[in-house]
Amino acid sequence: MKNAAGVELPEFIKGYGEVKPFAGAFAGYGQVRKVAVRLDSVQPGKTKLLESIDEAIEKVNLRDGMTISFPSHLRNGDYVINQVMEVIAAKGIRDLHLAATHIFPIHEPLVDYIKRGVVTGLSASYISPGAVAKAIMKGYLKNPAVLRSHGGRPRAIEGGELHIDVAFIGAPTADAYGNINGVQGKAACGTLSYGIADAEYADKVVVITDNLVPYPACPIEISQDYVDYVVTVDSIGDPSGIVSGTLSVTKDPVGLRIASLAAQFIDEAGYIKDGMSFQSGAGGTSLAVTAEVRKRMKEKKVVGSFAAGGVTGYIVDMMNEGLFRSVFDVQCFDLKAIASYRDNPKHQGMSGSLYGNPNTKGALVNNLDIMILGATEIDTDFNVNVITGSDGIIMGGSGGHNDTAAGSKLAIIVTNLIKGRLPVVKSKVTTVATPGETVDVLVTERGIAINPRRSDLIEKLKDSALPLVPIETLREMAERLTGVPKPIPFSDEIVAVVEYRDGSVIDVVKKPLD
Amino acid sequence: MQKNARSMYFVSGNEPKMLQNAPVFDPDSIVIDLARRVPATEKDSARILVKEALRFLDYSNVEVIVRINPLSSEYGLKDVKTIAPVKPYAFMIPKARAEDIQALANLLSEIEKAQGFEEESIKLIPMIDNIVGLESVHSTINASSRVTAAFLNAEDLAADYGSKRTKEGDEILYARSKVSMACRAAGIEVIDTPYMDINDSEGLEMDTEKANLLGFTGKAAIDGRQVETINIVFDASLKQAAFPQTYI
Repeated sequence: MKNAAGVELPEFIKGYGEVKPFAGAFAGYGQVRKVAVRLDSVQPGKTKLLESIDEAIEKVNLRDGMTISFPSHLRNGDYVINQVMEVIAAKGIRDLHLAATHIFPIHEPLVDYIKRGVVTGLSASYISPGAVAKAIMKGYLKNPAVLRSHGGRPRAIEGGELHIDVAFIGAPTADAYGNINGVQGKAACGTLSYGIADAEYADKVVVITDNLVPYPACPIEISQDYVDYVVTVDSIGDPSGIVSGTLSVTKDPVGLRIASLAAQFIDEAGYIKDGMSFQSGAGGTSLAVTAEVRKRMKEKKVVGSFAAGGVTGYIVDMMNEGLFRSVFDVQCFDLKAIASYRDNPKHQGMSGSLYGNPNTKGALVNNLDIMILGATEIDTDFNVNVITGSDGIIMGGSGGHNDTAAGSKLAIIVTNLIKGRLPVVKSKVTTVATPGETVDVLVTERGIAINPRRSDLIEKLKDSALPLVPIETLREMAERLTGVPKPIPFSDEIVAVVEYRDGSVIDVVKKPLD
Repeated sequence: MQKNARSMYFVSGNEPKMLQNAPVFDPDSIVIDLARRVPATEKDSARILVKEALRFLDYSNVEVIVRINPLSSEYGLKDVKTIAPVKPYAFMIPKARAEDIQALANLLSEIEKAQGFEEESIKLIPMIDNIVGLESVHSTINASSRVTAAFLNAEDLAADYGSKRTKEGDEILYARSKVSMACRAAGIEVIDTPYMDINDSEGLEMDTEKANLLGFTGKAAIDGRQVETINIVFDASLKQAAFPQTYI
């Protein structure tokens, strides 16, 4: 069967189950039901503080075939997954589904557990290039990996599709009764947004901390009523590993040209105005767009309502300059963002669910005006790939890409037209992560393409001096310079399933032929 | 050179990415450098690369100038003979003397005839980059009707007379004035030396305004980011010039 993104899908995928095909970006809204939570209530006098991870695993009665989750903001500095998995593997427990938020190169030990059958299922919102991604591509994982967006993951948890038996939540600071926060301690990472759904819906919740403080661990972000046990370890991670991408404005002239064009577009489209809301990624070009937007907001003396996202010091500076009244934060990217989140009540944390879950009474992305996004590929239907690279190998994930594209009023993709001698604009992307119907504009150094669905924007900018061209023209420009790359030969073996934020299947990743 | 060529963007002839991306910054002209920025080991490959780039890439919105190696070197003539058949807008000649300009003009006439190009379709832009060249600028720029502009390379020039370059540029005031007046008198374009701090946009703006006041018609850029500022400054000056005021 073919889904609404034009992707051919099987009706059933072994190790995943029945396929609900993507039916359109807004087809999943309507009446929904959240699952009830099973928990063991805690009587007065009971202690939650345990001696070791081993003891915690015994106490939660972890068994073969269960789902364990690891929500984390420490990204490539996370030590929790490796520490817990080492103990689990040593105990001979097998056939686990590991429900992470992020997989980074630091998690390379997972490859061995995957090969040995300790881990047979894996889901995440982001899988960075590295050993785990390669292992998935080689088909070592028994069941296909599942990629969900930052909003799709809590939706799946709350709706019961992703039932978590045991959540292991790394806490930069905790007290012995399970209250935790992310703003104190040597591994302070700021907000703990991604772990909120895990804490609320998992059968068992184990907090792992390297900074046990006297009760209560204020300011509490996840509270004791969700936590079964607390374990202390030497270190939960290295916060310097949070920074996996660039956090400074690019100096690449081409990136700056793209940023300048994007900001000009936003301005001419009428989005630089009082009350505006804005989000961009943390990459060099995205930050350059932010810098250009900042300049224009200052020139026009505009005060925005909020900036959102993974938050950098740059965004904090804009709030402190009075350019935004507030910041909504799902992931702090640097120390300045962490300090601001800790000290400034206008710097508001948000759960992954509040951020992007479509099955709520309104996710924050619904209030976004301008969203700046990247792409590894975009096709002439404006479908975007942020999952696989030009070699067909997993090198990312939606993160909040398809959540914010769907919610925002103006979703702009900024990218070089050519990357690594390959065209970014293609007739068909290798993997669809974000459907074209939610992408409004593509800005490259050689031209800007407006999605034909946005006839209002086309009309508004009809007299603009900006280099506006059909997306087909950009594809032709790119292919003239690079040639048309030969399609990657894939086998029929599905190694990963890409879910849209509503839980439908928007695409699959197949194992490349050797 | 076209009138009002404001920005002249220099890129290295041995860097395909720069060759490909140069037009996206909207410079009026680009200078593809086969000389200073290309190490001796890459001279031959860069020459071939530039020839193919001119054949293949879309430079329809910019004038393409190729900065050749000095004619006194083993590379200079090879550069001209290889590149001329793909018809660049012009060659930029380092350490140019009047006799070099005349010799090159003759060589280009032969190539143009052989290729079926219009006579004098390939222009020459002498680079004023040493003391002798500065003092003989008048004869150099008048050595051939192919000369449509001159480029002041103050970095090399200042080095030749042992001066240290500054952002303010007081040390090149004489050179700037001399070159610009000679070119204006000859009725050709005159391009100012680049501003070397690519991260200082305010300094670039002031330096460009200074060059403009001294009579330069355009300015070199060594980074894509500089092009827009240069264009804006010269555009503003053109607007002012459209409304002359008489005080006497």
